[in-house]
Amino acid sequence: MTALPPSIVDAAKLLRARKTSSLELTEAALSRAHADRFNTWLLLADDHARAQAKVADERLNRGDAPLLCGIPWACKDIIGTKGIETTAASRILKGYVPPYSATVVERLDAEGAVMVGKTNLDEFAMGSSNENSAFGPVKNPWCVERVPGGSSGGSAVAVAADEVLFALGTDTGGSIRQPAALSGVAGMKPTYGRVSRYGVVAFASSLDQVGPFTHTVEDAAIVCEALFGKDPHDATTMPLAREDLRRDLAKGVKGLRIGVPKEFFIEGMEPGVEKAVRDALRELERQGANIVEVSLSLTDHGLAVYYIIQPAEASSNLARYDGVRYGLRAEGPDLLETYRRTRGQGFGAEVKRRMILGTYALSAGYYDAYYVKAQKVRTLIKAEFDAAFAKCDAIVTPTSPTVAFKIGQKVNDPLAMYLNDVFTLPGNIAGLPGISIPCGLSDGLPVGLQIMANSFAEATMFRVAAAYERATPHHQARPERKAA
Amino acid sequence: MPIDRQTVVHVADLARIALTDEEVERFTGQLSVVLDAVARLGEVDTSTIAPTASVLPLQDVQREDEPRPGLTTDQALANAPRGGRDGEFFRVQEVLEER
Repeated sequence: MTALPPSIVDAAKLLRARKTSSLELTEAALSRAHADRFNTWLLLADDHARAQAKVADERLNRGDAPLLCGIPWACKDIIGTKGIETTAASRILKGYVPPYSATVVERLDAEGAVMVGKTNLDEFAMGSSNENSAFGPVKNPWCVERVPGGSSGGSAVAVAADEVLFALGTDTGGSIRQPAALSGVAGMKPTYGRVSRYGVVAFASSLDQVGPFTHTVEDAAIVCEALFGKDPHDATTMPLAREDLRRDLAKGVKGLRIGVPKEFFIEGMEPGVEKAVRDALRELERQGANIVEVSLSLTDHGLAVYYIIQPAEASSNLARYDGVRYGLRAEGPDLLETYRRTRGQGFGAEVKRRMILGTYALSAGYYDAYYVKAQKVRTLIKAEFDAAFAKCDAIVTPTSPTVAFKIGQKVNDPLAMYLNDVFTLPGNIAGLPGISIPCGLSDGLPVGLQIMANSFAEATMFRVAAAYERATPHHQARPERKAA
Repeated sequence: MPIDRQTVVHVADLARIALTDEEVERFTGQLSVVLDAVARLGEVDTSTIAPTASVLPLQDVQREDEPRPGLTTDQALANAPRGGRDGEFFRVQEVLEER
């Protein structure tokens, strides 16, 4: 076998029909990953993957294996993996080998899934293009001169280029959904509190969530079922019972109210993106959904709230990189100078910008004007979503205002770069679940459709996404068929 | 409110980050643009609004205080930087002066 099946569901059927084995799927994934041309991987764990595959095959032969057993997957390199280097794509963590695995990795291990390797990202997940990696940018398989989105660009591309069947990313302001949109795959951010952050390199702790990249909506729900649930190691996980997230997938959208925030169709949105999203809304309407206008008047201010709270939390979280216990140490004449040099040499430009911005927003004299002010507007943004969800069951928007842009185009203009996440970061500010799914091409590049639901209403979000996916072919589009 | 050079140098110092002159120059311009954009939050009336630190409906989460195994000394020290380990300790430069 040289190609992977088109989805986890297909692979699971083949495995159970004995038409393939986990080892065969894993060899296919490894051989595709080794031939990768997009700088997707920071590390390939061949031996680890083969060992996991052999154990998975034994379990499959016994006949009681979970759906993810034997399925090859890719792990964003900000998620800690015991005994396997984890760098967050930063020079400051080069060589760091975690002594324990993140809870999400342990859960996938328990399912019998096969981790193939660690994917590239924007350093510490700070970016929307994957150009901020200390180990070089990831390229978009639909057009290698363009970015794949970020920060989980490597994970998005590993799925888009069919090198694995799913991948994990993290989403603080759109870092799963936006690269999913730009790379033409499904990417899902769960409700804040659904998934443990234990063992994940902390970025902005009140916003970060781990979630999956897949080709299909059902696959995303399957991975979420394995990830969700309380973890005693993370006090911000909700104590909720295990949930069947696929229960509503086949129900369709007839009678559902789909909210469309008028403020999301802004100046600067590419016409091709707007057209694809409007076509998608018409498709949902054709299936019997009621389209209702909702107002999220603070959308513009969301960006400002995000660019205060996020760097503030990050500046606190990243204080731990001091060159003492792990990572890079650049020694100076005294300890203070060692800290300064270590962090000056270890962090890339975007990380330094955010450390300065965050430290500034938290510093004496500015704390109330910036940080507390942002937290107050956060309250208002959450209230606006509450009001919107009183009128609708799901909110449908574009994922990003543009398709994939050229590598280098926005690197010296942080504000333009930050605008990529204007439609996704409100979901992080309010803690809501959201999924981006492919909804067609504009000038040959993928467009993402974002479906958001109320807190802990992932099943409704998946229901809307699945209804759209069933009626359209966009999730089957692959870059290779176009490029060759 | 634009941020000036001295402020960038001061805040970078608070954040314990050594910057080159070129970085100070570049960041001053870039951060001024970003701070101008976020200053627009002042337009939103929040006089009667409470701040939100977390959207979760959880408070004072507790767990049983049960002893469980942690990392061994070797595991904890395994990632020490080059020259940063001395037997069972991390090695750092002295911070207290002799009197």
